[in-house]
Amino acid sequence: MSQPSTAKSTGWPMALRLPGLETTAAWLLALIWIFPLLYAVWAAFHPPAFMVRFDLFAPLTLDNFANAWAQAPFARYYLNTFLLVTGVVFAQFVVCTLAGFAFARFPIPGKDFLFMLVLIQLFVFPEVLIVENYRIASTLGLVDTITGIGLPYVASAFGIFLLRQTFKTIPRELEDAARIEGCGWMAILLKVYVPLAKPTYLAYGLVSISHHWNNFLWPLVVTNSVESRPLTVGLGVFSAPETGVNWATVSAATLLSIAPLLIAFLLFQRQFVQSFLRSGIR
Amino acid sequence: MVEMNSHRRMQLYGALLLLPAAVLLSTFAYLPTITTLINSLFLPGFRGAPTEFVGLENYRLLIEDSTFWRVARNNLIYALGTIPTSIALALAMALFVNARLPGRGFVRMAYFTPTILPMIAAANIWMFFYAPQIGLFNKLLGALGLSGVNWLGDPSVALSSVIVMTVWKEAGFFMIFYLAALQGMAPELKEAADLEGTSRWSFFWRVTFPLLMPTTLFVLINALINAVRVVDHLFILTKGGPNNATNLLLYYVYENAFSFFDRTYAATITVVILVVLAIVATVKFAILDRRTHYQ
Amino acid sequence: MRARLSFPLTALAAGLLAAGPTLADDPVELTLYYPIAVGGALTDVIDGLVDEFEAEHPAISVDAIYAGNYDDTRVRAMSAIEAGDAPQLSVLFSIDLYELLEQDAIIAFDEVVETDEEREWLDSFYPGLMENGQLDGMTYGIPFQRSTIVLYWNKDAFEAAGLDPETPPETWEDMARMAAAVRDASGGDQWGVMVPSTGYPYWMFQAFAFQNGHRLMSEDGTEVYFDDPAAIEALEYWVSLATEHDAMPDGTIEWGTLRQNFIEQSTAMIWHTTGNLTAVRNEASFDFGVAMLPMKTQRGSPTGGGNFYLFKDASEEEQRAAMTFIRWMTDPERAAAWSIETGYMGVSPAAYETEALRDYIAQFPPAAVARDQLKHGTAELSTYQGGRVRRALDNAVQAALTGQMAPAEALAQAQREADAALRRYAR
Repeated sequence: MSQPSTAKSTGWPMALRLPGLETTAAWLLALIWIFPLLYAVWAAFHPPAFMVRFDLFAPLTLDNFANAWAQAPFARYYLNTFLLVTGVVFAQFVVCTLAGFAFARFPIPGKDFLFMLVLIQLFVFPEVLIVENYRIASTLGLVDTITGIGLPYVASAFGIFLLRQTFKTIPRELEDAARIEGCGWMAILLKVYVPLAKPTYLAYGLVSISHHWNNFLWPLVVTNSVESRPLTVGLGVFSAPETGVNWATVSAATLLSIAPLLIAFLLFQRQFVQSFLRSGIR
Repeated sequence: MVEMNSHRRMQLYGALLLLPAAVLLSTFAYLPTITTLINSLFLPGFRGAPTEFVGLENYRLLIEDSTFWRVARNNLIYALGTIPTSIALALAMALFVNARLPGRGFVRMAYFTPTILPMIAAANIWMFFYAPQIGLFNKLLGALGLSGVNWLGDPSVALSSVIVMTVWKEAGFFMIFYLAALQGMAPELKEAADLEGTSRWSFFWRVTFPLLMPTTLFVLINALINAVRVVDHLFILTKGGPNNATNLLLYYVYENAFSFFDRTYAATITVVILVVLAIVATVKFAILDRRTHYQ
Repeated sequence: MRARLSFPLTALAAGLLAAGPTLADDPVELTLYYPIAVGGALTDVIDGLVDEFEAEHPAISVDAIYAGNYDDTRVRAMSAIEAGDAPQLSVLFSIDLYELLEQDAIIAFDEVVETDEEREWLDSFYPGLMENGQLDGMTYGIPFQRSTIVLYWNKDAFEAAGLDPETPPETWEDMARMAAAVRDASGGDQWGVMVPSTGYPYWMFQAFAFQNGHRLMSEDGTEVYFDDPAAIEALEYWVSLATEHDAMPDGTIEWGTLRQNFIEQSTAMIWHTTGNLTAVRNEASFDFGVAMLPMKTQRGSPTGGGNFYLFKDASEEEQRAAMTFIRWMTDPERAAAWSIETGYMGVSPAAYETEALRDYIAQFPPAAVARDQLKHGTAELSTYQGGRVRRALDNAVQAALTGQMAPAEALAQAQREADAALRRYAR
């Protein structure tokens, strides 16, 4: 994949000053795109009576957040999501590093075929197989556990693919030098390959974090209780229209669930964008 | 002899490195794929009896199931509705923020932000827009003196409403890939075109767009997969209703498996999804991977 | 080798020794799932009740898990059973009986009751609320969060339309006429009536059908009668509220946001569960009333809501503890408090005899409407393959309301689909 630099995008001399019409269109589109989020913020910080009344002097309030926080165990949901995301990303790093390393450097019989087999998982992802995966998780006693939510995603074809590509670009000389110093395979992997693949880990990590932070269907199926529900499922259960929960409260709950990732994104925008770029196929 | 042994050892070592991934992939990808195929050939046990082998009976039921066809058609419309629109918008967005634009940082952030939100949260927010009578859209229409639309309750509109939300959610993600591709283009092209006095419009169609073709194909594959994979918003917005007007294949699988306790029928529908994905995969590996897009 | 063996052995021995005394000291742990389908912070109410129960019964500890709406809760409970982590009891849809039996998940209360006092307790509930919980003379479901559908009307809106604010519609004709009057008088700003058609469309339809003298299913849950002329007439009336009388919006009406519609006065009347009563009372800024549903040939509403079920996989000790908990939760004082907090019915006549509920009704008469309507009640639609059968009917109702199909055609299709789902069950 090409390596662009979003940061220095002015560097492309093809960039012309847009005529007024296009600037207007660009801004209009931007406003439409950001509007839903701004609206959620509006609804969350004002009393329910101002849901559809836009009054600049409408009183601000934090009651909606207090209500949401009191009505559902969001603290627990945060903890679950945090454990899930860190656990999955860590496990993915380990498993995909080993597999990527094997594919990049070891003479395994039928390697190309095996690699194709791995790539199939890009299409046969856990969501499609919810019914059978549920049965398997159930057999393994993983239903309603955080491990159960994460495990099907650990051997990520995408991670293996990405790390294999990165490892392949690392010059053999570095490996040979390490071997002369008496390093075994594991030491070579940890001292030579892993440090040089840092940007790949960062990119893959960010994409994986945002994927698992936002994932819903499989966690919904495999969790039963507050002890394992991640934020998305908690939010889904909380704000299902049937419950007729007050909208302002739902807005507050929605913002609560997206806040950490959103803030992280606003702070590290460039890294996020770069990561998504590098990791195209998710 | 020594050479041979060390080669063997390498092979063994490599196999060991692959082992964790192989075990996990077998457990959660290959094995369930195979059991899905097998289960689609059975009927659930009647009143506690064991399941019963029925051959292709489930597929016959599926073909006769008008709901299934409805859902499959919905999914097709959903794909046709979301994919070209979000790709076109993504391209426009990329062109916008690639040009010199006042407040470009903000504009780019605005485009990309929906990508960061969980689908379920996005659906919550859009629910406020779509609610009849008291939702924002209808309040705005009302202020203009227009009668409101039942965005999610009118079967002729509901799927479009879901599509609009999905486009909003996805376009920013695809924009990033176009932006990357645009920034990787050689500046000389534009300079040459400027010298020749080519109009911006024809430059776009003759040079930029063809050069972006690999990106477009790549984004297309992603969009196709998402059109099958992501049904989270239905849980909040419509639950597949009214009268299945917004039901999609994967949601139908969920319903059959977990609401109707009919795992074998769910398996049969899953097989259909797997076939569709196999076609997408073949297209990807056969066409897209010829390009040097990934490296 | 010896060192390795000895650790597990000693641990085992210690465990065995410890098991005796701790078993008596450790509280019996119960897990239950429960749904919520109405507004208000009901999880708080349940948690409060559970805390109170645990304080009174230190030997029992209860983990009450809110699991979403009725469908979600059934899915959660069933999947927990499948994963070998079955709850001991749960509050599930009263109409889940057949599916729970078919999955062999529950036991009858008759098998657990021991004393005459307990047998008496089994008989202490309104018979109308027991209908959905009994089969072949056995009781599987104990009523808890039970409701009927009632009509909420906005008295201010009635007055503005020149109607008597104190008189709710008695008949279908009244309702159509009054709703149209409100719509006219408001110049199209306010709808006359809204009957929800997402969430539980079959339930609302059942009310229309029963008011027209028609019951939709057989006693044993193996047959349904959707395409009967009386049912078709009922659906035609429902559709006509929008098409003919222009008193109800076209398309489906969302169950979840309907209370909000009423509160925001975008409609003058709604049909909704009594379970929403307290939430409406807390939020309405106008004068409103609650009435029984209007009639065609008779008054009527299906009952609805959730029952307590006992699960099979629990030990005898756990089942006894679960019984203790359920008895405590349905005790007249508690039932009264629960009814006041939510609007759900007091499940036994004794609940309405308590001072708390008597005082509350004296001061807020709408709280008695659900009870008074119970004598016109009918069991909620409940059959084998309930998920499929209800979905077929839901789709028919929605197809008719959205103008995709004529009522007769839609119901005929639903009948075919339901017959197909039930074909293996004919007795």
